[in-house]
Amino acid sequence: MKYEAVIGLEVHAQLLTDSKLFCGCSTKFGSDPNTQVCQICLGMPGVLPVLNRKAVEYAVKMALAVNCKVNHKSVFARKNYFYPDLPKGYQISQYNEPLTEKGFLDIDLEAGRKRIGITRIHMEEDAGKLLHGEGIEDANYSFVDLNRTGVPLIEIVSEPDMRTSEEAQAYLRALRDILVYLEICSGNMEEGSFRCDANVSIRPVGAEKLGTKAELKNMNSFKFVKEAIDYEIQRQIDIVENGGKVVQETRLFDSAKGITASMRSKEEAHDYRYFPEPDLLPLFVEDKLIEDCRSKLPELPQQKRERFISEYGIPAYDAGVLTATKELAHYYESVVKATGEPKLSSNWIMGELLRLLKEDNKDVKDCPITPEAIASLIEMVKKGEISGKMAKEVFEDMYKTGKAPAEIVKSKGMSQISNEDELGKIIEGIIAANPENAERYRAGKVQLMGFFVGETMKATKGQANPGVVNKILKQKLG
Amino acid sequence: MSITKKDVLHVADLARLALTEEEINLYTDQIQRILSYVEKLSELDTTGVEPTTHTVPHKTAFREDKALPSLAQDDVLRNAPEAERSCFKVPKIIE
Repeated sequence: MKYEAVIGLEVHAQLLTDSKLFCGCSTKFGSDPNTQVCQICLGMPGVLPVLNRKAVEYAVKMALAVNCKVNHKSVFARKNYFYPDLPKGYQISQYNEPLTEKGFLDIDLEAGRKRIGITRIHMEEDAGKLLHGEGIEDANYSFVDLNRTGVPLIEIVSEPDMRTSEEAQAYLRALRDILVYLEICSGNMEEGSFRCDANVSIRPVGAEKLGTKAELKNMNSFKFVKEAIDYEIQRQIDIVENGGKVVQETRLFDSAKGITASMRSKEEAHDYRYFPEPDLLPLFVEDKLIEDCRSKLPELPQQKRERFISEYGIPAYDAGVLTATKELAHYYESVVKATGEPKLSSNWIMGELLRLLKEDNKDVKDCPITPEAIASLIEMVKKGEISGKMAKEVFEDMYKTGKAPAEIVKSKGMSQISNEDELGKIIEGIIAANPENAERYRAGKVQLMGFFVGETMKATKGQANPGVVNKILKQKLG
Repeated sequence: MSITKKDVLHVADLARLALTEEEINLYTDQIQRILSYVEKLSELDTTGVEPTTHTVPHKTAFREDKALPSLAQDDVLRNAPEAERSCFKVPKIIE
């Protein structure tokens, strides 16, 4: 039998606020354990949470970016569970009245565009971090750092609209790109500021009814998300093919082994006993706040990609690479403005600049080459002052030294000789010095053209413009 | 609505409470009485009345996003039964 997978993703994105969701503690990453903690996020008796306005604005921005409806009224709820990373014994989240719902995101796949439904986006606070010691003496203990407790999160829940791990990956990348473009989340999966759980089930192709799902956790890179989903789909197919039944459970991805393994039985762990948070009044979001957020929305990645294709006439692949970050897209546009050459600019950035930045593990923000410098380099090639090959060398020097291309060309004495009179004299000398070869060429041995080009290059220390050399040689030998 | 011993045990388990047989009986009875008392409310006809989670008419209060000083690390860990490496030390969490 043929099976298809049904995949839905739950994404947690940490919002880039300065302070926590309900108290003034800093959200800075990487501080000493338990130094960004107060009575409120510790869950001391008698304290009251007060909502961070910026976190609400960020959540609304994301909602608008993925076409969600923003509810004027939403309600915070307590999600009760007992775990040491949660000092209050409950997490403040939203349950049956979330801030926003019913949106969608279009993802671009090789097969074309596909629309993925977004069920809801709600706000909640993050939990603390559990550290597990590595020494023998630590075998029976865990260590709790509560700095992360109370950091604002949005949880973005998709419809079960994805059918393959590639679709899940594309959806996840698109979400991450939007969050980063909006400057509301760092999108860093390794640091855990962008996390993904996947609900995966299988069913025979054509079936309507959903199969029993497993919830996958602990996938902290795009690659792992794909590996975990692929493994899980095959695992479930194997179970069903062998007459077994998939059980509903949470499974952790083990990246070292490339497998998912059962974590705990779900029934007990998921009895969250939600109820409205008595310490927080319902959240009323006025039209003004929504419209303010809407007016501040930047051009989103997909819009930018489409504009690059239509406005600059560059291939979709180029547009995808160049819009990977807002900064790179901006850099590209500045270069195009300076050069007036969209495709050439794209070639230089994608081929040379990104390679050099990657080798140095640098961001385009740190790029030492100004758009104007690229423009003059392109101009020098166009005028024939240097060859394309030389230009690449010059480009590397520009990257290393930040110097203008003309300066580098001059100091290296690498300018190209394109002057026909000058080259003509050199070539005449070479023909005169090799009368036999010239005779054989004229008699039909055209391969000897290579010999003459080589001699010319030798005589000019590689600086002769090859196009001009070919042209003159043909005239003089013809 | 009636509460059974099983319900009490389930809730106790979720709250990580170990109860004696005597306590189980006591709480089953007490919770039952509390629920019966609250159930009186269902005698009222609430058709068309919006569910109320808060009785005050105020709107959401917001804070501006400004980071403020936190507690000193020593104070944070002062109530911890055990602390080590600037962390709360707890029994091993198995995942």
